[in-house]
Amino acid sequence: MSRIRKRYGMAVDTRTCVGCSACVIACKTENGVADGFCRDWITTSTTGAFPDLTMTIQSERCHHCEDAPCVGVCPTGASHYGPGGTVLVNQTKCTGCKACIAACPYGARFVDPRTGAVDKCTFCVHRTERGGATTACQDVCPTESIVFGDLNDPTSAIAQLIAKRERYTLLPEAGTRPKLFYLT
Amino acid sequence: MKRRDFIRISSASGAVLAGSGLTTNWFSLYADPIPDPGTDGDRIVPSFCELCFWKCGILAHVRDGRVTKIQGNPKDPLSGGHLCPRGTGGTGLLYDPDRLKRPLVRRGARGSQSFEEVSWDDALNEIAENFERIKSRWGAGALALFSHGYGGNWMKHLFKAYGSSNIAAPSYAQCRGPREVGFDLTFGSGVFSPEPTDMPNSRCIVLIGSHLGENMHNTQVQDFAAAIRNGADIITVDPRYSVAASKSRYWLPIRPGTDIALLLAWMHVLLAEGLYDRDYIEQHAYGLDQLKDHVKPYTPEWAYPRTGLEPDLIRRTAHVMAGARPATLIHPGRHVTWYGNDTQRSRAIAILNALVGSWGRRGGFYIPVQLDLPKYPYPGYHEHAEQVVDRPSPSDYPLADELLTQGVCEASIPGVRDRPNLKGWMVYGSNLLTSLPNPEQTRRAIQELEFLVTVDVLPAEIVGWSDVVLPEATYLERCDELLNPAYRQPYVAVRQEVVPPMYDSKPGWWIAKELATRLGLTDFFPWHDSMEYAKTRLHEAGYDCDVLRRDGVILGERRPIYFEEGAPAEFYTDSGKIELYSPRLAALGFDPIPTWHADEVEQPPAGFYRLLFGRAPVHTFGRTTNNRLLSEVYSENAVWVNATVAKKWGLADGERVYLKNQDGVQSTFSAPVKVTERIHPEAVYMVHGYGHTAKGLRFVQGKGIDDNELVTRYKVDPLMGGTGMNVNFVTFVRATDIAQAEGAAAGQEVEA
Repeated sequence: MSRIRKRYGMAVDTRTCVGCSACVIACKTENGVADGFCRDWITTSTTGAFPDLTMTIQSERCHHCEDAPCVGVCPTGASHYGPGGTVLVNQTKCTGCKACIAACPYGARFVDPRTGAVDKCTFCVHRTERGGATTACQDVCPTESIVFGDLNDPTSAIAQLIAKRERYTLLPEAGTRPKLFYLT
Repeated sequence: MKRRDFIRISSASGAVLAGSGLTTNWFSLYADPIPDPGTDGDRIVPSFCELCFWKCGILAHVRDGRVTKIQGNPKDPLSGGHLCPRGTGGTGLLYDPDRLKRPLVRRGARGSQSFEEVSWDDALNEIAENFERIKSRWGAGALALFSHGYGGNWMKHLFKAYGSSNIAAPSYAQCRGPREVGFDLTFGSGVFSPEPTDMPNSRCIVLIGSHLGENMHNTQVQDFAAAIRNGADIITVDPRYSVAASKSRYWLPIRPGTDIALLLAWMHVLLAEGLYDRDYIEQHAYGLDQLKDHVKPYTPEWAYPRTGLEPDLIRRTAHVMAGARPATLIHPGRHVTWYGNDTQRSRAIAILNALVGSWGRRGGFYIPVQLDLPKYPYPGYHEHAEQVVDRPSPSDYPLADELLTQGVCEASIPGVRDRPNLKGWMVYGSNLLTSLPNPEQTRRAIQELEFLVTVDVLPAEIVGWSDVVLPEATYLERCDELLNPAYRQPYVAVRQEVVPPMYDSKPGWWIAKELATRLGLTDFFPWHDSMEYAKTRLHEAGYDCDVLRRDGVILGERRPIYFEEGAPAEFYTDSGKIELYSPRLAALGFDPIPTWHADEVEQPPAGFYRLLFGRAPVHTFGRTTNNRLLSEVYSENAVWVNATVAKKWGLADGERVYLKNQDGVQSTFSAPVKVTERIHPEAVYMVHGYGHTAKGLRFVQGKGIDDNELVTRYKVDPLMGGTGMNVNFVTFVRATDIAQAEGAAAGQEVEA
């Protein structure tokens, strides 16, 4: 039986996300992220003047781009495509040169002060590749606004959301083909 | 490949790469290794949370004796496997380096925060001696307990056994009290917690100052999101463009303090246009004709100049509410002590719910159900004469059905009441200096006490004023009373010890039992420990304690929760009906139907702005602001200032200001200004829980402004004694001006 290659992505529903940051804290504890750093974060943008206002709340992280500039610029091959097209960093190969940090248009990377290596969102591959579990941020999300899954599997929740709902990506002009989608 | 095989491979490759760095071990079938942070527990212990008071079911992962992470328990009806950020960050409390570690006895003056560490025996003996002295001289009724949090149940039991029913919590007179009374007067039942709102089935939700999404009661926010997904129309009334407002079809940016005018206008539209639920009202309600007459003059046009809301907007939103009924929920809110007329506002909300027929209906309020779980077979509490200590006379605040905290303070100050004063307090998990209005009065009361003992986890301000301080184990280190809430589905949950208590901290049940032994009350604590207590209760009801400890919860059978399913349509009012007109209020001399009194709400003086406060989603008041993990997201509050106002004052975003209130009280610390379009020009807004002065809170001390120290005034609700706190006005003092003035003063000293 031939299987289509997995293509992991994430959809965040901006209609229901309240920006509570449960995803941020859950990621930090799940992944033992260094104090003072986070792999995902909330942005809020308000437009208009009182009382005619609109506000968008986004849970952001690495976009696990299909044309990831961070992978291209990495001199040691530490930044690479992992399972399902996730963008990962092999910490043993990383020299902490920060070329990837400069290349990433989303500000998704940082140097872990404990290791000197670059750290970032992994789409929780240590969970998802064990089967069954999803990412820590989806797991915790009280508004169920975060959906991780295989974009190439038409029966997956994410594929169905992407097919059905209006959506946008961040900085499409950067040409990175991001796989983090915001539903509106 | 089975998961077990996978783990075996991962542990083998882990051995090869051991020592490759920190907690990272590696497992992979790919060329590059997949990092495994190794936070999955070797033990996973179900329990329930105490980062707020909602009590969500959790799964605590323990690895090598350390709690690595906390997840939602999927079996738990409240969390459904999801958590809010606070519950997720519970390890930040457990491992807070500033925790109280050993019992303390005061050695300096009260408030000097100067203590000596003592043994538990010495501390408990000192408490017992003081209690016995106060009881023999003044009676047990001279002792009062302030308690907030689930572990406080043991202390309440101790107090009742000792002969004092003076048990108070700020969660009543400073929070949800007016709502309970307003709904009870109307439907014959309060709202309680968790609120029986059926939001997943609502087609219209009206939020009045309720900032769901920033106020993160987990299930409520889950339900709110479900309502959005289901396409419910949301109407938010708030002088601030809250997160909830941003999710709403209609945002009504009301002038602060005028909600009753809006509610009356909405009633007017529903009644004048015949849009209310006639069958429901005819069947269940009393006083329709009086209500109709009463609201006749309250047209949307009348409400417009008061509320600042266009008549057309008021009418249109009333139509949306009517169109969705009975699945229209006008949310009762939770923290509702705003203006001192709060019971009447809550009653107006209740009446509006009656008009759309939502009480007892799908999409409105369900009728909660509870497991039948017999109480522990204690001996009966000793009879003792009930004294009304918290009010000048029993006829004051006649509808109060819990003790008033501010009244307990007053009763501790000589000369305020013409009867013997309270002489001793125990304070459990309740930082009175930042939760009761007018902290100067609280400090005065404390100075008059013969004895103050505090049981807490962190060295909050109240600790610094105590004579004896007992370090309690956190919720992850103790077993508490069983949880048996009235909810959508009956269930029982257990809080159990995830890891043993750190330092020399002890669980609340142990503290209460040890004190009971010293006070001659062993009959009231016959169990060996709290788990044996739980086992006894469960056994009596036919439940298996081991199953409960394994799963965290035991679910009961679903029962009808809507009238249309067969839930009893019973209203425990005097008339047995929903009271649109309240004969009880009329008899007590209050407005039998909520009425607009123009003079009730004072407007800000020139150059001053109404001080409003609320919550950030990662914090529960000041209880969590020292939590370093949660503070990575939010570490200091800001003063929200409308952009036009900021321009007038020349205030830049991020510039630090002190706030000074109408009585000349200036905040101890400063906070940055947040220049925003999201707040009404007549008000400023802050997240509550900052401006800590307690030295022991080493992380958060000195960060941000304590709104409570600016709440020098409060307006007491004449019906039930709630303290309306949104009646203070503040102005800005630039931090740079203060620094210059201080610099000049220092310069003069040098010259002198």
